[in-house]
Amino acid sequence: MEDAKLLRQYEVMLRERYFVLEQCTQNAKGKIHGYLHCYTGEEAIAAGICADLTPKDTVFSTHRAEGHLVSMGARFDRMMAESFGRVDGYGKGLGGVMHMSVPEIGLVHSNGVVGGGIGLAVGAALAHRYRKDGRVAVAFFGDGASSHGVLYEGMNLASVWKLPVIFVLENNGFAISSPASKMISVADVARRADGFSLPGITVDGNDLVAVYEAASAAIRRARTGEGPTFLECKTYRTRGHNEGDPQWYYRTREEVKDWEQNRDPVKRCKALLISKGLLTEEKDKAMIDAIKKELAEAVAFADASLYPGEEYLEKYVWKEQ
Amino acid sequence: MAELTYGKAIGRAIAEEMRRDPDVFVMGENVGTTGNIFKVLEGLLAEFGEERVRDTPLAEEIIINAAVGSAMAGLRPVAEIMYVDFTTFGLDALLNQASKSWFNSAGRVNCPMVLRCPQGAGPGRGSHHTNSLEAWFAHVPGLKVVLPATPADAKGLMVSAIRDDNPVVFLEHKQLYFTKGEVPDGEYSIPLGKADVKRAGKDLTIVCYSITVHTALKAAELLRKEGIEAEVLDLRCLMPLDREAVLASVAKTRRAMVLYEAPVHYGAGGEIVTLIQQELFRDLRAPVRRIGGLHTHIAYAPNLCAAAVPTVEQVAAAARDLVGYKRKA
Repeated sequence: MEDAKLLRQYEVMLRERYFVLEQCTQNAKGKIHGYLHCYTGEEAIAAGICADLTPKDTVFSTHRAEGHLVSMGARFDRMMAESFGRVDGYGKGLGGVMHMSVPEIGLVHSNGVVGGGIGLAVGAALAHRYRKDGRVAVAFFGDGASSHGVLYEGMNLASVWKLPVIFVLENNGFAISSPASKMISVADVARRADGFSLPGITVDGNDLVAVYEAASAAIRRARTGEGPTFLECKTYRTRGHNEGDPQWYYRTREEVKDWEQNRDPVKRCKALLISKGLLTEEKDKAMIDAIKKELAEAVAFADASLYPGEEYLEKYVWKEQ
Repeated sequence: MAELTYGKAIGRAIAEEMRRDPDVFVMGENVGTTGNIFKVLEGLLAEFGEERVRDTPLAEEIIINAAVGSAMAGLRPVAEIMYVDFTTFGLDALLNQASKSWFNSAGRVNCPMVLRCPQGAGPGRGSHHTNSLEAWFAHVPGLKVVLPATPADAKGLMVSAIRDDNPVVFLEHKQLYFTKGEVPDGEYSIPLGKADVKRAGKDLTIVCYSITVHTALKAAELLRKEGIEAEVLDLRCLMPLDREAVLASVAKTRRAMVLYEAPVHYGAGGEIVTLIQQELFRDLRAPVRRIGGLHTHIAYAPNLCAAAVPTVEQVAAAARDLVGYKRKA
């Protein structure tokens, strides 16, 4: 990973982290009334996967979408407005915090249905293959979704048709409260890719460089017609399944603290950058300050925006000819 | 004009659209080499090749998902599920994804696709190949539902379904595939949501679609000999529903029945009867009738299969009741 890209994607991680934390603040104030699923602790995956994607690629996200949105370049103000359910949000307040679509940056669809985007990404990859346009489709999903049948139908189809799709499993260890160790029959889900004759790779999802290197190779394979890749990124979500999750009945504070203190992807990347002489504390603080300023503006933008009027109640049921 | 079967008319519409628009392609189980098990798509593989006529694994969930995803990415898939009964494997893609993408994105991502499925009763198939699910699909905001009854309509409606910018469920009755009729050559489309008077009459309206259009026409012939003139109104689409055509016909005849093959309860009939009663209550000479399938499954035995769905005699009897109905003075 080149230095310039490493630094740029570190900043992307900061943007993911602080955007989500600001959402948590706004949620606590009652301004975000929907289910808020925080990406905190998983930022290296989105930043690493999306680094070599372009707005012409097609990313299908999950209910935990903000990291993917930020990494593809979504605007803070329109995301915050959508989280508030306001008319200036990306979905005019109709879609909401789990369903943001920003096709102009390549993020086609995020999804309230666990596993709901996997098959759609396979379909988008079919479109890319059909048009021979060199684009790539990406399906993000979690360990819970990895038990869905559509993943295995999708891997098979992508493999026999050599579709340019990357299956990105964000294995954060929990399907709400159910631990992956009790739900999934293998330690590394990526091993299942063998059964469908596509490369299955497991990486440390909290290591930006490791995720990036694996993603970059998978994207190259896809763009050059070599077909799909399954990429499992092991990670850990350091907040609850959603804000308000009474999580201490299924895991301990000590476990979370250990991940936050010793394996946090943002801290790890910062240490790497400092050791390489690419970042100083001052420069880091300046980046964070700039992000916080942009966030304050985003919150003000969302606050000033109205709820959608009743003219939107039935407006987008059909696309008129 | 050419005489074509209903099945071939559908195949011809798809082929013509594929020649016109390179984004249109076909996918499904045994659609290429076999040309679909009812031979609807025969000849397409030879003309368009494997990239555009794609035989899929027997995996309905990914067939529907891949169709939806490719449509979101700009193609116009015409996907097939071999029997409507098997759409259940992929309903998330249809009712959570395809139908909602335009809404959730507030007009950013649409899903221009056609999902073709044969449906309906037929002897010797048993209950897993004979469901009639149109009311399920019509209930979902964002899906259009088309049910042609004749070869010409099948062609014209398929052309419009492919050109539509929304997800369209195109339900073909398997007993109609080998029925024949005149079909216009070349460019021919019928707008979605326009009903068609298949037979004019003054005494009652039979609102119907798909195979029951033929049941209604046969019943109308019986009734004609008795001096009762039935109007047969073929809806052709359940969604959008041609409310104006229903109301115009019933305003004229002042008696109506709704006729369909699916189990009668909680089906399309409730919707249409309500429409008529709300708008035309004072004009009606008799309560609106609803004739449909029994609330049961389609049996393997031919006698039970035939008895589970509306018959010509049942329709004629209901029509006589309607015409003979006396309101309180």
